[in-house]
Amino acid sequence: MGTAHSSSRRDFLSRSLSGAAFLCAGGAMGQLAAAEPLAAESGAAEAKSRVVVARDKLLRGTGSTVDPQRMLALADRAMQALFDRDRPVDAWRKLVRPGETVSLKVNSLGGRGISTNIHLVEAICERLQEAGVKASNIVVWDRDSDEMERAGFHLAIGGDRVQCYGTDRVGYEQNLSAWGSVGSCLSKILTRNCSILINVPVLKDHDGAGVTIALKNMYGVIHNPNKYHPDGCNPFVADVNMLPEIRSRMRLTICDASTAMYEGGPGFKPEHSWNCNVLLASTDPVALDYTGWQIIERKRAEKGWKTLEAEERAPRYIATAADGEHRLGTNDPKKISLIEV
Amino acid sequence: MFCELDVQQVVKGPLDRRTFMKCALASGAALGMTGVAEPAAAMPSGAASESEDNARFVVEAKFYQKLPNRKIKCKLCPRECTVGDKERGYCGVRENRGGVYYTLVHSRVCAAHVDPIEKKPLFHYLPGTTAFSIATAGCNVNCKFCQNWEISQSRPEQIPDDYVSPQRVAEIAKQYNCPTIAYTYSEPVVFAEYLMDAADAGHAAGVRSIVVSNGYMQEDALKTAYGKMDAIKIDLKSFTESYYSKVVTGQLKPVLDSLVTLRKMGKWTEIVYLVLPTLNDGYEEFRGLAKWIKVNLGADVPLHFTQFHPEYLLKNLPITPVPTLERAKEIADAEGLHYVYIGNVPGHPSQNTYCPKCRKMLVERVGFTASQVLIRKNSCPFCQQTIPGIWHA
Repeated sequence: MGTAHSSSRRDFLSRSLSGAAFLCAGGAMGQLAAAEPLAAESGAAEAKSRVVVARDKLLRGTGSTVDPQRMLALADRAMQALFDRDRPVDAWRKLVRPGETVSLKVNSLGGRGISTNIHLVEAICERLQEAGVKASNIVVWDRDSDEMERAGFHLAIGGDRVQCYGTDRVGYEQNLSAWGSVGSCLSKILTRNCSILINVPVLKDHDGAGVTIALKNMYGVIHNPNKYHPDGCNPFVADVNMLPEIRSRMRLTICDASTAMYEGGPGFKPEHSWNCNVLLASTDPVALDYTGWQIIERKRAEKGWKTLEAEERAPRYIATAADGEHRLGTNDPKKISLIEV
Repeated sequence: MFCELDVQQVVKGPLDRRTFMKCALASGAALGMTGVAEPAAAMPSGAASESEDNARFVVEAKFYQKLPNRKIKCKLCPRECTVGDKERGYCGVRENRGGVYYTLVHSRVCAAHVDPIEKKPLFHYLPGTTAFSIATAGCNVNCKFCQNWEISQSRPEQIPDDYVSPQRVAEIAKQYNCPTIAYTYSEPVVFAEYLMDAADAGHAAGVRSIVVSNGYMQEDALKTAYGKMDAIKIDLKSFTESYYSKVVTGQLKPVLDSLVTLRKMGKWTEIVYLVLPTLNDGYEEFRGLAKWIKVNLGADVPLHFTQFHPEYLLKNLPITPVPTLERAKEIADAEGLHYVYIGNVPGHPSQNTYCPKCRKMLVERVGFTASQVLIRKNSCPFCQQTIPGIWHA
């Protein structure tokens, strides 16, 4: 990987291509073990949901941009801790198996200021390929290609490389998917190009929803997110995550909190951002959102801002996602195993 | 000039999303609109972004207030969305860009047809004529029964469209002998700026304008935008706030206020009430509605009770039984309204216009066609009772 942000992006697709070629040439994919069930981590009734908080104070080295190698190392630490494995590839093999199509739903709304970091995406793609997923079976995506480019992603369509484009290039399904209060058409990237969904959101304040982390990032999957912002996005965020096409594919969230924002979101506000230098990882998006919310609240308190509750915009959709009707995860801190690495 | 499929079927019928778009656009192409985008494909396109083309649809909005920190408050509809930078309002077609609010759908037509005026329905406005009918994407509510959700509940970039300037709208209307431009199908509130400019262009060319709207609009915007209309049809979706909250995602009171404002403005207005089994079909609701109309708008305002067909998020409900519609009409008649119609029931006698004094039939309608119009000089030819409306061009 290059050290400069721009050169890394230029290298991204070619490295992905060579990675795929290497794996194919070695014939390794057929020998990889099938992905293991995830239930042991958080599914058992008595088990706690694991949320990994991986931190690297030197994530940016001596510069102002994220160091790709340190990001890779940080992602490895997060995944190894989450799945309790000694080697990164073994952690990823708990999640994916060869032949599967994996999509990485990023968040690119905030431009270069606060979008999913390109080096984190590179790190995930690299490890997915080592775990046996073909480069061309990986799609990095968000709602809009232009937004992705503004956030630093290079579009890639076709060939043996990692695919990278927005839903605008393929459109939405024509039929509605409905659950609870929500009825939406879903991105064809999700429904047609993805058997496993990895959510790669950012950590930031949201003027309407309170915070936008993992659960809210699924608004980028539906065609009509503007309809679901009233009432603090509650219960809409939880309902969107209950849509069968989303829930059945969701496996993992790795939240990029290398840069985070405690106020003024969702648009990038540099005056309210900080170098958090953290990745959050969990198979429980509710537990991850609860944990991320607390990080934002701590920073708000440190900066002298009121709590989100005091501002009447606490993210109530997190509790809704955990309720008996949704059961998307837990927001009970007693049932969350926080692992700091 | 029509699409191969029946126009009514296009807008009301059970077509899938893609067929709807193809048909709507084929019709538009036949009407002289060009440059239609292809429907989204299953495979990603490597083509360049359409963002440059989209710039021509972007015009600063007329109804909003600037707030600190590059936020804005929309003043178009009662929702009053507070919208941060780079975000859109509830309608999905207005966007804050650096503290300036823009409509993204000016001249951005996603559906265009030549329709009978009876289809709107407007029964007391130039019967037997046609209207060049256009829509853009977007809506400021989210009715669970929406017949046109494919366009009303989409963002503009998600559906095929075409650039049709206000002047071109007027030209097409004249070209096809339409005395009227109709803003309809989705929700014209959200394309108010385009509607105003097209109405001006139409009037300059001798073409009138009418709007089919939910009336969920702030008073200033209503007066400014709908002040340019020659007639208005308002969908009054229920007479209870709970229905508006749960089924429409809006509020009743602002719609009632709009009706009163339109009345004070002297705009010819007709009301449609779509009757949904079990949800807004209570007899007391019908009675309360009719009383309110008589007291606040007068007995001469036409009221159309129309039949619901399952669509969008309410496919579990049955079609409205005709006896329910007939009972609604009986109640409204008994409360003293003069012109109560039953709609979406082809061949029903209550789609004709009768003189409230001598009871003779004055306008006979078959489907969306006015097969016989007997009104002369705005009066019943049999008893000379004045029949309110706009009957002659």
